[in-house]
Amino acid sequence: MTNDVNEQLEVIPQDYKYGFHDDRVNSYKAEKGLSEKVVNVISEIKGEPDWMRQFRLKALQTFYSKPDVTWGADLSTLNFQDIYYYIKPSDRSERTWEEVPNDIKNTFERLGIPEAERKYLAGVGAQYDSEVVYHKLKEDLENKGVIFLGTDQALKEHPDLFKEYFGKLIPPADNKYAALNSAVWSGGSFIYVPPGVHVDIPLQAYFRINSERMGQFERTLIIADEGSFVHYVEGCTAPTYSSESLHSAVVEIFVKRGGRVRYSTIQNWANNVYNLVTKRALCEEDATMEWVDGNLGSSVTMKYPAVILKGRGSHGEVLSIAFAGKGQHQDTGAKIIHVAPDTTSRIISKSISKDGGRASYRGLLKVLEGAFRAKSNVVCDALILDDKSRSDTYPYIEVNEKQVSIGHEATVSKINDEQLFYLMSRGIAEGEASSMIVNGFIEPLVKELPMEYAIELNRLIQLQMEGSVG
Amino acid sequence: MSKGTLEIINLHANVEGKPILKGVNLVIKPGEIHALMGPNGSGKSTLAYTIIGHPRYEITQGEVLLDGKNILELKPNERAVHGLFLAYQYPVAIPGISVANFLRSSVSAVRQYGKKTEDNSGAAEENHLIPMRDFRKELDEQMKMMGVEKSFARRSLNDGFSGGEKKRMEILQMSLLKPKYAILDETDSGLDIDALRTVSEGVNRLSGPDLGVLVITHYQRILNYIKPQFVHIFMDGRIVESGGADLALVLEDKGYEFIRQKYGLEINLAAEDKIALKEVVS
Ligand SMILES: Nc1ncnc2c1ncn2[C@@H]1O[C@H](COP(=O)(O)OP(=O)(O)OP(=O)(O)O)[C@@H](O)[C@H]1O
Ligand SMILES: [Mg+2]
Repeated sequence: MTNDVNEQLEVIPQDYKYGFHDDRVNSYKAEKGLSEKVVNVISEIKGEPDWMRQFRLKALQTFYSKPDVTWGADLSTLNFQDIYYYIKPSDRSERTWEEVPNDIKNTFERLGIPEAERKYLAGVGAQYDSEVVYHKLKEDLENKGVIFLGTDQALKEHPDLFKEYFGKLIPPADNKYAALNSAVWSGGSFIYVPPGVHVDIPLQAYFRINSERMGQFERTLIIADEGSFVHYVEGCTAPTYSSESLHSAVVEIFVKRGGRVRYSTIQNWANNVYNLVTKRALCEEDATMEWVDGNLGSSVTMKYPAVILKGRGSHGEVLSIAFAGKGQHQDTGAKIIHVAPDTTSRIISKSISKDGGRASYRGLLKVLEGAFRAKSNVVCDALILDDKSRSDTYPYIEVNEKQVSIGHEATVSKINDEQLFYLMSRGIAEGEASSMIVNGFIEPLVKELPMEYAIELNRLIQLQMEGSVG
Repeated sequence: MSKGTLEIINLHANVEGKPILKGVNLVIKPGEIHALMGPNGSGKSTLAYTIIGHPRYEITQGEVLLDGKNILELKPNERAVHGLFLAYQYPVAIPGISVANFLRSSVSAVRQYGKKTEDNSGAAEENHLIPMRDFRKELDEQMKMMGVEKSFARRSLNDGFSGGEKKRMEILQMSLLKPKYAILDETDSGLDIDALRTVSEGVNRLSGPDLGVLVITHYQRILNYIKPQFVHIFMDGRIVESGGADLALVLEDKGYEFIRQKYGLEINLAAEDKIALKEVVS
């Protein structure tokens, strides 16, 4: 498979081509900074039921009451009052691209979204600043009862289903950024897959920040009913501004008995975006959850996709790739909690740091008492490309059950001079040779992605290698 | 100096401050096959690495000229483009890079594919790789001739390959890259009898008036297939004796001892070492 990826990787553009922005008149822009007033305005404009407004206000208090997060990446330069919490680009979410305002449509055209939709996606959601501007699911899936909507829209159209799951897996009090998201959330995707339905080709959501000092707080909720399958893919980009933006999402996933969800992310925010995301999945009996997480952009990322293996025989997987270039800190990892017997998990993390970038793996593997025969394997490999760059590993393993099998392996390596020399002696220039080695290093993960995303990921890595991103 | 000649002139090189090459002189003309034989640790691989530009070897004196032009300032990839090739004694494995991808990049680079498209049309960035279809066809042909199974194209480069498979892969690369000068560093070691024949035939197919070959070996056997016009004996960082093909037979018969005796024990001590020794003694 990698062969084919590289075969298609023939045209390599020169820079972070998503750094452009539109100058546009928004339909509504809340005043700068975080306040109860702003939270009320958001709820008001959305015409939400009262319970949601209360939920938001309470979450805001939780946010205020929680101390700043200091155990991970450096967030000291993040100023919460210097951010716009809600920017509504247009009045509605459309179901055809023709209806989307021209400038926004053009942006997504430039990002290749409508084309991807035509070619290889079952459904697409597109979010621009705070709101979902486009959402469409293939008709046959709609007819099978699959729901794929913007999260705000789902709250209106499926209030009961929504309320049953929303905030149940990641309550606002979970962490400071989950609380922030709960207070000001807007947009995101809502997916429900009925029992036994297999969504064979991926659904994709694309998140675009357009405004300066923007805070994007999407909220995604996925419910895969018994024996169903869905692959959800998210992508994201932002303009290159001199001031910081904030992206803080919450993603909750419920995988029912025998169901399987795969959630793939290719995070390519511009290098001035703080990316602080909470993602968690709950697996029932024999269910499978797979996170495939690629972090290439942003200035700071803190993200540790989690799986709670609650049902017997369930399986969780986190495959993550982080690339930290100049000025970037990718603090990423995984969290797996084995609650039930016969549960299995696998974590593979590969990180690359270059030009003074820092990649940290932070992982928690927990086996609760009673999770007999739990099996887990953790592999984290770091590749450091030069002496200015850094890699750290913080693996926490907590096992409260005897009858388990846990494997843990970690390697840190520099780019191998002999490999580099071998390639160069065969005519390949140094830059391309290192790219090839890096691609080889992440290949075991890239091959897990659908072809189109694998190509995209390889291309982004090539750009990072050329040091021209951001 | 004549056109297309590879000249190694009084080449001295250190590894980690220690002199290994101590004045190598060797001229290889297109169409010639030279064999280089010498005891373990005498510096044969070091010579090969130095010629193709491994940064670990520090050149302290001398020149390597290709077509009369000093190539010691060139990067290893540029030397490859100029037609130098080394079949490694110990090829390295590179996990995650498939043989096919690697070879396509390599062939495209050596043939300067990107440059060509730039010259011919305005579409410079259009493609820096040889078209997939052309490449596949060529690769399939060469793999067949080298007796390398098709499935190897998709495997990671040298990763988990047996010793013999790695050596075959080196010659496969050589046959795709069609160098002007090829150094084969103990390509014969680790090969079974049949593989030795296939690999030798591969080299012979490539040899002709345009290719110069330096075969580094410990054994006469490979020289029955790849027939050298010149045999050089390498000891203590330099060539101490040169002759025709029959020198290899003499060596096989008598070992290195006769050379040592002929030149006296001193041959084991390079000038630098002698100075060091004197200092210790006095
Ligand atoms: N990276 C290195 N660090 C230290 N010493 C080195 C290094 N590379 C080579 N040498 C030393 O240089 C000398 C020559 O080594 P070289 O590999 O060139 O020998 P060779 O003639 O190819 O031997 P063989 O027949 O065993 O392949 C040896 O003493 C070796 O230990
Ligand atoms: Mg050697």
